Order: sequence, then structure tokens, then C-alpha cells
Amino acid sequence: MGWPALLAAWMPELLAAARGTIEMTALAFVLAATLGLALALARLSRIGLLSRSAFVYIEVVRGMPAVTLLFLIYFGLTSFGIALYAFAAAVIGLGLNGAAYLAEVYRAGIEAIHPGQREAAQMIGMRHGQVLREVVLPQALAVVLPPMGNYVIALLKDTSIASLISAPELMLRARDLTSEYFMPMQLYLLVGAMYLGMAYPLARAVRFMELRLARGR
Amino acid sequence: MGSGADGPSGVQGQSPWPSSLVRVTALCKRFGDTEVLTNVDLEVRAGEKVAIIGPSGSGKTTLLRCIAHLEKPSSGHVSIAGERVGEKLVGGRVVEMTDREIARIRTGIGMVFQRFNLFPHLTAIENVMLGPVKVLRTPRREAEALALELLRKVGLAHKCHAYPERLSGGQQQRVAIARSLAMRPKLMLFDEATSALDPELIGEVLNVMRQLALEGMTMLIVTHEMGFAEDVADRIVFMDHGRIVDEGPPHELFRSPSHPRTQAFLRAVLERQAMAAEVP
Amino acid sequence: MSPDPWVRAYDLLPVMLSVLLTGALVTLQVTAGAFVLAIGIGLVFAVLRTMPARLPRLIAATYVQVFRGVPVLTQLFVIYFGLAELGLRLDPLTAAIIGFGINGGAYLTEVFRAGIESIHQGQIEAAYMLGMTRMMGLRIIVLPQAVRVVLPPLGNFAVGLLKDTALASAVAAPELTFRGRTLVDQTYLSTQVYLLVAAIYLAMSLPLAHFVRRLELRLGRGRA
Repeated sequence: MGWPALLAAWMPELLAAARGTIEMTALAFVLAATLGLALALARLSRIGLLSRSAFVYIEVVRGMPAVTLLFLIYFGLTSFGIALYAFAAAVIGLGLNGAAYLAEVYRAGIEAIHPGQREAAQMIGMRHGQVLREVVLPQALAVVLPPMGNYVIALLKDTSIASLISAPELMLRARDLTSEYFMPMQLYLLVGAMYLGMAYPLARAVRFMELRLARGR
Repeated sequence: MGSGADGPSGVQGQSPWPSSLVRVTALCKRFGDTEVLTNVDLEVRAGEKVAIIGPSGSGKTTLLRCIAHLEKPSSGHVSIAGERVGEKLVGGRVVEMTDREIARIRTGIGMVFQRFNLFPHLTAIENVMLGPVKVLRTPRREAEALALELLRKVGLAHKCHAYPERLSGGQQQRVAIARSLAMRPKLMLFDEATSALDPELIGEVLNVMRQLALEGMTMLIVTHEMGFAEDVADRIVFMDHGRIVDEGPPHELFRSPSHPRTQAFLRAVLERQAMAAEVP
Repeated sequence: MSPDPWVRAYDLLPVMLSVLLTGALVTLQVTAGAFVLAIGIGLVFAVLRTMPARLPRLIAATYVQVFRGVPVLTQLFVIYFGLAELGLRLDPLTAAIIGFGINGGAYLTEVFRAGIESIHQGQIEAAYMLGMTRMMGLRIIVLPQAVRVVLPPLGNFAVGLLKDTALASAVAAPELTFRGRTLVDQTYLSTQVYLLVAAIYLAMSLPLAHFVRRLELRLGRGRA
């Protein structure tokens, strides 16, 4: 088969699978971002139990490969009667893993705001809400948004590991096509290019964001 | 007093005046759209001390850096001891010099920076020894003795094993001078060597520079210290907006400047110094 | 009556542990091999990346962009399956080391570049004025200092690499995750096996991470 015919055969399937990749990324990100914030706040909490639990969660989840977490959720939970679809297991697994990572990012952002600034704002007469909005939040965002942007890009690539639990995304589809066409080099190079293509607009957005935030400082 | 006229086989380009060590010809330097140096001509004879003064942004530092080839001129050229810096003639064509060739020329030039630029991971004596050992391949024992001697000369032999972070600004700068001298340069460039120092530390550095001048070193000094310039320099060069506006021996330029811009600049400097002197 | 899986797991524990621990050893092998390869590649490309000439910079930048923009799993598959299609059959272990090494090299290029660029330009100019070439300045002034800057990120990279090697199971490299999967295929004790696998990863990565954190603190103190 010539190249044009091959591409015509592959692209529709690969593009459909790429949608799965993007959906997985988006859902996992939402989970990671919200859970991560909760974890960060727990970590900074005065309540010892909360702080310690968050610490343990973060250390344990970050100490193992994401794949292992995915296996535990997809295969391991079956002993407890929980059988998830692979896609759901992937989203949850990636989300839990990401939450542990983002918790540290949030923590750095919050701690980056020097307490003196809050006091200065208060002395000018700003109310608590104003202080938060005008002083703390803009600076915290500047610290937190770029790493979060980079996290999303990394997450997009990490969804590829979901193929190991046969979740419907790009790498899995590539594997299936390989077993059909026996052209791994071409297929995986193509898929690699597709990942680059998906990540590119994200990377541009992150850099744009970094520049705009840097102006503020 | 002659030097470098028909010296090294690297004589290329124009034929120099018999005793000029540094020759800058029609030097222009642009950074993007901004022209920082415009048509600068300068000649420094061996053994001469030239002080370059002028307002900030006049291009004094850029001129020095072009002579050291830390910046590449946009047009024009620099010759040191008759040898063109940065370019050479290969079979009739002008070609850029290699990294190694430029490095070789720089072994004959010493530069003292405003921010000292000592190597923080080395002690004072190691800083001074580094050039001779690594570039001139001097045996360590010999280099160490030379370094100690130079540190003694600048009054810091007792601090030879100290790391730069433990030295005051004035001490660091003196080590930096010793470091440059270790290479036995023919020419010393000083880029606002005392501008980053606390006032009470300036004197010790100027004294070292004065000593060097007395010993006959060829020196190009960019400075704001007018008293020192008048004292030590054979010639003052006044720069403004990227050009050399005025030139002359100190007693002429300082006492009775003819050029209006020189007058304005010196007036402003005197005013500043008078205000500073009023501080109790 | 089928025995409780947890009881079975307890009975099989010694066997399972021995299988998994041999896998863990392979994990460490892959990690070490890829780590060394990545450092070598990273150093070369970092130097290229900081050269004044445009072509080396462009080559290095492209390498970094491509190998950081594509998932490491895809890179692994290209090396293991793709090269096999072209006639070059690598064993899984070698393929894994090469794959993670090249991928890691792209990451480390940026780490090393930041380290090199963190050394103040003024020192480099002082080195030039002592008659050093660019290469000499790099070797004698920049690199010794850059090493200190670079050690913590390097340590963190090693910890990440240890976990990433789990993906080598996808090309049948006999490391920890792969051993786990085959064990599950044989015993059907997925929960128990994967909990063990997780525990062993933790046992390897947590001490390493702790060591890196202590290294960071010590280096941070040293420069005051």
C-alpha cells in the first residue's frame, strides 16, 4: 500500500483516538487541580492529622510510578468488587497522581507570597477580600500557572501509559494498528508527530502566559 | 619606547606608527538599532596612561570592550602591537580570527572589571595562579610563587587563602588586578574599576593603579575619579554620545577645556563633588 | 471452598517477593544505565545548545523539542518495535536503556544548560581576558561551579527515572512491573501483587528522594 492510502486508512482512527487522549487529559487535569488544591490546603493546615495525612498521601503517590497506581485502580480494586472502565480508571489514576504533584506546586505558590506584603496591604486599608484579590492572588497565580501549564503538557504525554490498561487513547490505537499492518516504525513515528502537534499549541499558550505574567513583576 | 612595529609575524593590515601599542580606527558599534560608538579613532603609545571620561552611556565601556574583543565591532578595527584583533588576512581575504587566536592576543591584555569577576570557587591565590597555570602552562610551583609576589604587591599576601566572598570589595578588586598582572600583559584595561566600591575602599585600589602607572604599564582607564585621572594620566579622552569629543593632557582638559561639552560635563562633575563634600 | 486471596497471598509471599525483587534489580539496572547515558547525551547537547554558532544550537534545540514532546512510551516502541521492523532487533533491556537514555538526555540538556547559564557572564569574560578560549573557560570556570547547581535537579531526575522504567514492562523488559504482571497472570492475585510492587517501588524511591533532599540542603548551606 502506498503512503497516501495508508494515511487515509490510519488517520481517521488515530484522530478519533486522539480525541480520547485529549478528553482524558482534560478530565484528569480537573481532578488533579481540584484535589491538589485540597491537598495543599490540608498540608498547610494547623490540624496535625490533616497535615500529616496529606503528607503521607503525597509521599506515597509520588513514590510510585503512575502505571502502578493505574494497575492498582484498574486491576486491584476488582477484589473489592469495583470494576471500572479502563478510561475511568485512567482518569482517576492520572488525576490522583497529578494531585500529589500539583499540591506541591500550590504550596510553593501560597508560600511565595511574603507575609509582609499582606500586612502592607492591610495597613493601606485594604479589606481581607481585597488583599486576597489584589495582592496575594495575582502573585500566587504568577508562581503557579506556568508549572500548571507545563503539567498539562506532561499529562498529555502521560496519558499514553493508559494504553497499558487498554484505555482508549492514541497509543493503544497505534498498537492495534501495528498488529494489523505490521508497520510499527511508521505508525509510532506518526503518533509521535501527533503528540508533538497536540502539545505545540499548549506549549505556545504556556509561554505566552509566562511572558504576560512576567511583565507584572 | 618602540614596540610592536615590525614585531610578530602576525603583522597584517595597515602599518602602525612606530610606538603605538593600541590603534583604534573608525570604530563603530551598533546594538540593534542603537549606535553606541560612532567613528572612534584612538591611539595609545606604549607606556602611555590614557584616562577615558564622559557621561554614562557615552560608550566608554563599549570602547574598552571592543579593544578587548569582548564585543565585536560593527565596523572599523582595532590593532594591538601591530596585530589586528578579531580579523586576519588569509590569502588576501579578511577572515574572522578563531577563538584560539583571539585568546592568544588576550594573554597580552589584562582587564579589570567593575564587578571584579573573581572566580568564587577558588581562593585568592588560586585566582591569581589560574592564568599562568592553565594558559601559559607555567609549572605550579613557579606560578604559586609569582601569585604570592603579586598579592604581596597589592597588599593582600595575608589573604591569599581566602575565598572571594570573604574579601571586601576593595580587596577583591586588588586580587583581580593581581590576577591580570600574573599574565604579564603589555596593556591593562580598567573598566570603572572603582565604581562599584564603597567610598572608603576606593583609595586602596587607586593606589595600586597608581603604583602600576609609575612602573610604566600602558593603561587605558575608564573612570569617574577625576582627581585620579588628572594625577596619573598622560592624556585625557572625553567621550559623549559614542564619539570622542575632546582630547588632551590633563592640565589642559581639566583646567581650561575648550570644547563646550567638555566644559558642561566637568561643571556637572564638580557640582556633584561639591555637594558630596558638603555632607558632614 | 476457594481460599481467601489474602491468605493465598500470604502463603505465596516468599516466592512472590523473590520474583519481584529480581525484577527490582533489573529496574535498578535500567535506571543506572539510562542515567549514565542521559548524562552523557545531556552534557554534549547542553554544550551545543550554548555555543555561539547557530547550527549546533538549532540541532540541540530540535533534539530537545522532539524528545521532550513525544511520550517516552512512544519512543520506547519506536526503538524496540520500530527498529526490529528495519532489521535491528534489540533485547528489551538494551532498548529500554537506550530509550530512557535518549529521552532523559533531552531533559538533562535543559538542566545542564540552566546550570551553565547560571554562571555569571562576568566570570566568563574574566576568563577570556586571562587568555582562555571558550572551551577552556567552560571546563575550568563554568563546569566546576555548574556541577553544584545541577546536582539537585540531577538527583530528582534519577528518582523520576526510577519510576519511569516501569514502562519498560511494555517492551517485556524483565523489570519489577513486568514481573508483577506475569505474577498476576499466574496467581490472579492482582491487588496483592500490585500492592507489593508499589511497596517495593516506594522502598527504592523514598530513600533516594530523601537523599536528594538532604543533598539540596547541604549544597544550599555551602554557598552562604
